[in-house]
Amino acid sequence: MSFDAAYQDQKLKSVGTRPLRPDGVDKVTGRARYGADFNMPGQLVARILRSPHAHARIKSIDTNRAEAVKGVKAIITAADLPDLTNGDAGTYAILDNCMAREKAMYDGHAVAAVAAIDEHAARKALKFIEVEYEVLPHVTDVDAAMEDDAPLVKDDVFTTGVEPAPTKPSNIANRAEFGHGDVEKGFGAADVIVERSYKTEQTHQGYIEPHACVANCNSDGSAELWVCTQGHFVYRQNCADLLGLEVSKLRVTSSEIGGGFGGKTHVWAEPVALALSRKAGRPVKLVMSREEVFRASGPTSATSIDVRIGATKDGKITAAEATLRYASGPYADMWAELGAMTSFACYDLENVKTVGLEILVNRPKTTAYRAPSAPMAAFAVESAIDELAHKIDMDAVDFRIKNAASEGTKSSYGPVYGPIGIGPTLRAAKEHPHMSAPLGKNQGRGMACGFWFNFGGQTCTDLNVNADGTVTLAVGTVDVGGSRASLSLIAAEELGIEYQDIKAVIADTATLGYNDMTDGSRGTFSTSMATISAARNAITVMRERAALTWDIPVEDVYWEDGHAHAAGAKHDNRAPLSVKELAAEAGNTGGPIAGHSELVADGAGVSFATHICDIEVDPETGSSRVVRYTVIQDAGKAVHPSYVEGQYQGGAAQGIGWALNEEYIYGEDGRLQNPGFLDYRIPVCSDLPMIDTQILEIPNPNHPYGVRGVGETSIVPPLAAIANAVSNAVGVRMAHIPISPPRILAALTDAADG
Amino acid sequence: MRYERPQTIQDATALLAGAEAKSYVLAGGTDLLVRMQSDDFEADLIVDIKAIAGMDQITEVEDGFVIGAGVPCAALAENAALVAAWPGVVEAANLIGSTQIQGRCTVVGNLCNASPAADSVPALVASNARVRIAGPSGQREVDILDVPVSPGKTSLKKGEFIEAVVLPKGAAHLGDAYLRFIPRTEMDIAVVGVGVHLALDDAGAISSARVALGAVGPKVVLSQEAADTLVGTKLEDAALEALATACSDASNPIDDKRGTVAFRKQVAGVLARRAAQTAYTRAGGK
Repeated sequence: MSFDAAYQDQKLKSVGTRPLRPDGVDKVTGRARYGADFNMPGQLVARILRSPHAHARIKSIDTNRAEAVKGVKAIITAADLPDLTNGDAGTYAILDNCMAREKAMYDGHAVAAVAAIDEHAARKALKFIEVEYEVLPHVTDVDAAMEDDAPLVKDDVFTTGVEPAPTKPSNIANRAEFGHGDVEKGFGAADVIVERSYKTEQTHQGYIEPHACVANCNSDGSAELWVCTQGHFVYRQNCADLLGLEVSKLRVTSSEIGGGFGGKTHVWAEPVALALSRKAGRPVKLVMSREEVFRASGPTSATSIDVRIGATKDGKITAAEATLRYASGPYADMWAELGAMTSFACYDLENVKTVGLEILVNRPKTTAYRAPSAPMAAFAVESAIDELAHKIDMDAVDFRIKNAASEGTKSSYGPVYGPIGIGPTLRAAKEHPHMSAPLGKNQGRGMACGFWFNFGGQTCTDLNVNADGTVTLAVGTVDVGGSRASLSLIAAEELGIEYQDIKAVIADTATLGYNDMTDGSRGTFSTSMATISAARNAITVMRERAALTWDIPVEDVYWEDGHAHAAGAKHDNRAPLSVKELAAEAGNTGGPIAGHSELVADGAGVSFATHICDIEVDPETGSSRVVRYTVIQDAGKAVHPSYVEGQYQGGAAQGIGWALNEEYIYGEDGRLQNPGFLDYRIPVCSDLPMIDTQILEIPNPNHPYGVRGVGETSIVPPLAAIANAVSNAVGVRMAHIPISPPRILAALTDAADG
Repeated sequence: MRYERPQTIQDATALLAGAEAKSYVLAGGTDLLVRMQSDDFEADLIVDIKAIAGMDQITEVEDGFVIGAGVPCAALAENAALVAAWPGVVEAANLIGSTQIQGRCTVVGNLCNASPAADSVPALVASNARVRIAGPSGQREVDILDVPVSPGKTSLKKGEFIEAVVLPKGAAHLGDAYLRFIPRTEMDIAVVGVGVHLALDDAGAISSARVALGAVGPKVVLSQEAADTLVGTKLEDAALEALATACSDASNPIDDKRGTVAFRKQVAGVLARRAAQTAYTRAGGK
């Protein structure tokens, strides 16, 4: 059935309210089942042996002594995960990352794994696995990796995206360029030019729940996986590809998820658990420790970025240019490319050029982190924009308003924008009381803008009307941010029934068609579309049932406020039929009532935000404290405003941590120095003020209710907003993130020394 | 691994003395239980001392306070006499970890963990506290300063454990304070810590001073030079500046994941200045 996704301005009854989330009580009482909360009879415990070297050739692995340890049931190495990737570089990277093949590429890279009857036996066996390494020179810093004499992370990588193709291997895996116009001509027309280099250190998503799964391979080739993931259909595909299983024979169930933020978008250890189970013939449970999570999963790129922006004295940007170097760990991806695409997306520019360089280093495989690559680019660009506004003596908000993109602007990365929210968020910031509030001693205010693409993708949803008239909504997108509540509101809205009468569940991979994962801020956007479509299909069925009951043509039955109504004067004596009444009679009118939907949710509207931040700095110690923080973001339509606000606050909180204290610290030996929450400092409650939010609603023309994704954009502006606030507080431009107390104090000391 | 919960000091020392390989004393367990999670942790014997009489007591005696090795830090803050006499020590003990941790962790554990960054240790050293050590051959008392030797290592001999901390009681006009630097607001570990204890004469001049620095060397530093800058002064600006310089000079830190050499030296001076001001006010100075 065709589905019209176009926005319709209508009065909404359920959407926009704030009921309690259905998963809340279970989560706060400890009943909710996360990755490590599932067990199977006879299950074994898995442990992974990891490389202590940043870069080393694996000459041999001897598992004989370990296999002899009492209680050990299986030991695997890369030899047990043969390469079935058929030259697909992305899949090969995931395979090699799960278990090192020829070389250990970073400190913490898995080299072997054990399944044993208990943790004690597994730990003991790890000590008896003998790995002979040939230690190789390593490089962990993004700029150092680009130097001519840098150790090569891989000797078969030649820079792509340059002509002519290079003949020498390089740590620069790819070059990507975006933009339009003539930047040199634009700089020629500028009165003032700001040019500066920036650095950001590597951060981890910091999800509180470590990666965890239970895997069970049966002798008939079927298998099950219970796992904490952002996308169980994607994990099924990853695992099937890597282990040579038929997709239909691998059933993956997603657990509740204690945070993902992009870090649970592809497999890390799940194929290892499956391979151990296949070898041992028993279920295997694998739970990463926090140290393993830090050393061998998830971080985002460290970056080094040069920005140059020129403007006329009256505040018109004439040219903008950026070179962005993103470390991607040992495997190339598109992190620099995303940085290059997003960097100037907020602005209407005549001349713009960005170059992204993807850099290989001996660090863990970089993966997505909430609006991946955009926060670092925004940090560099928004810092330069701020500095430029100061130089031409123009208000930082006015300068941005004057240059903001709007409907019809050709974006710096190519497409022409539809209706967008950058201008409105900036104007809201200008009018916000925060902007004009007085500042105290040693305080500074900063603001910054951010952009994210958002994504739609494939979605498949079932809506079943139960015999009692309640509704079960089965979706295939993992709920990471309250989407079960939001989708229940959507179904209630369409059907015209109460929110309490809808129960949304996350179905496993055997019970629904394929769903893309919860990433790209797509969960509520895409699944709400499929839910609306499924509800409308169910309404069609219910209209047919009513027509049958009344023995009138279906064309004479319309749906309103949760009831089938007979239309026209000739049927006016008929009382409307409720969902409950139709459901009760379903057995006599054609069987169960259901609506199904499968679609590709196109037209995810791009998203913009503006953040304002006040910071107080102790000039004697470099200690800083965020004293006030405001997030203004376009949601299109806030389905459940509390959870939209939660997304705004959560992104800001993560961004503040990134900006001020979080960083991967490597020693000279290439080993990670701080793989734990003591020395990898995410903010604790008392570090943050209550983060104020303002939701703007500029409808997305491609969604029936105008919904846009809201999950990611909120992490894009904070790095820059904080940097601008600190710079304004101390009078020194801070260009290296995190802006930790030692960096602030060193900058102040340098400035004082002149 | 064996777990024992002896009822007497003699039994505890006998168990520890008889252990064949690695043994650990368990009180609050806030360090030990975390270490036990590590793959590298190995132990043959854990001796839980909490069942021994007196371990959970704070006793006020004529010339001081005796704090049993099992007393959680939170309990220090609930003892009014102790808070009145040693506010700096109590504050330091209640900066460790979080509220939940403070309900279990002990100052003796903090001391025996032998981390240079231990929060309660500089405050205890500044206070001139001593520890009572039980061993197979009886009891002995030593200065707190002599317990930690280097990171993770103490001067305790095989079979010994600390049964109590003894804090002195002095005349009037005493004041102490402890300040530390952490990048966060709580749940963190000191990048620099400074404990200051001052005694004033009747005219309000500083008659004696003890200044101890944490996290700026392999073990806590008691700086005589820093103390000397204060004696005879009324904490005038010049004295504070001299104190800051002396503390920066007395610091011998390393560059590591928690801070740089330059940062630690500079902040040691700043915190010493601030702690001295608080201690001076507490001692009745104006």
